[in-house]
Amino acid sequence: MKTPLEVINLSKVYNNTDAVKDISFKVNKNEIIGILGPNGCGKTTTIGMILGLLKPTNGKALINGIDIETNRVNLLDNLNFISPYIELPKKLTVKQNLEVYGRLYDVKNLKTKIEYLSDKLRLQDIINKITGELSSGQKNRVSLAKSIINDPTVLLLDEPTASLDPETGDFIRSFLENYQKEQETSILLASHNMNEVERLCSSVLMMNKGSIVDQGKPADLIKKHGRKNMEEVFLKLSREKNES
Amino acid sequence: MYGLFLRHFYLIKSSLPRVLDLIYWPTIQIILWGFISKFFSLYSNYYNDTLGVILTCAILYDILFRSSISFNMLFLEEIWSRNFTNLFIAPLKIKEIIVSLIFTALIRTLIGLIPAIILTSPLFGVSILKLGFPLLLLFLSLYIFGITLGLFVSAGLLRFGPSFENIAWSSLFLLAPLGCIYYPLEILPNFFQIIAKGLPLVYIFDETRNILLNSSINYENLKQAYILNLIYLTLGIGLFYFAFIRARIKGTLINMGE
Repeated sequence: MKTPLEVINLSKVYNNTDAVKDISFKVNKNEIIGILGPNGCGKTTTIGMILGLLKPTNGKALINGIDIETNRVNLLDNLNFISPYIELPKKLTVKQNLEVYGRLYDVKNLKTKIEYLSDKLRLQDIINKITGELSSGQKNRVSLAKSIINDPTVLLLDEPTASLDPETGDFIRSFLENYQKEQETSILLASHNMNEVERLCSSVLMMNKGSIVDQGKPADLIKKHGRKNMEEVFLKLSREKNES
Repeated sequence: MYGLFLRHFYLIKSSLPRVLDLIYWPTIQIILWGFISKFFSLYSNYYNDTLGVILTCAILYDILFRSSISFNMLFLEEIWSRNFTNLFIAPLKIKEIIVSLIFTALIRTLIGLIPAIILTSPLFGVSILKLGFPLLLLFLSLYIFGITLGLFVSAGLLRFGPSFENIAWSSLFLLAPLGCIYYPLEILPNFFQIIAKGLPLVYIFDETRNILLNSSINYENLKQAYILNLIYLTLGIGLFYFAFIRARIKGTLINMGE
């Protein structure tokens, strides 16, 4: 069976600056891998290359064993993405947005799919509301619905609970846990929320200045670095790299 | 008050496109109306039906304007709503994006134009439909050039991001004086005539005036316009593909809207 997501010696250079330096990792089926690091460490650039939005300077990102550079459009059928920096058209209703994206991803039985997502993500009360008028928590649930409308085999999540209240954040995390188990989706999660990473991820990639500086299970990393939790591990690794 | 003044002053001072934008509009307006005035002062007896010709040309120019702006707006709306990245991670081929924008721009153009066309008849006694069958050929030619300009500007947006937005608005006005919409080519100075001959607009509007004033049609003008349209459209599509490739290298697709 092909690995859903495999990154091999991936690098990106912008204006003679290494944004991502020769990184390699895999996300197996039914696995959530966390990608952690300070702002500007190369997380979003890595995700951009996996999605085919950015052309790597070197290396490749394989989706089900196929290089995204060789068959970008067809492979995008298997991928989806959510980020707080990307929104859905504000003037369309939630239902219209889901219809648009359902059609773009050629989703079969779209009406049933929207009803399913609406039920699972508590969208019933807002389904006919204008997306731009929703609260950030509601918008986040709608974006999540869009990101799984095509049942992606690889789901890329960039800070999926950023700026959410604790209750909504917990709802999203629980949803992702259940969804991943049900669908056996491979998830790459970029986050600054260490509790979220400890709860959801089977393994973590620690990035700094474009490189993977450490990786392993959250519990193993905490033990290895002699710290109490992932937040302390994060601070240690970020500072070490900055001082070096 | 001074603080608020400084807030905008710093913004203008730090941005050459903003400064150029301030200079650009009055300059273009003066040039355009200067040529129109020169034409009327030299050839005051040229038109028997000045109102009809001017209004018909204005409506035809609006076809170009609306189709180009519609194309650009579709692109800009994705940037403004921060939906741009979602669009480019959907399994859509570039040619599918172009085709869908072309057809959506047509719908937007017609929605904007049909009321204006209907209104000119009762208000001014002028009907663009007087052009007859050639109207279809003129419309198509202007529409093709409009979406071609839209492709050029969208390629710029794709490559350079939202900072290219001002060009989207101003590109058409640059063509207005050179396009000889309201006056014949001979009104332009020699140097501008050379540039203008490379634009399909000159042939389209020259033919419009010919049809209205002489009630005859010169297919040579239309043929020339379509040949130029084909060349520019091919260039526009090529540029859009090239901009997409460059945007993937430079990272514009992932940073758009920020």
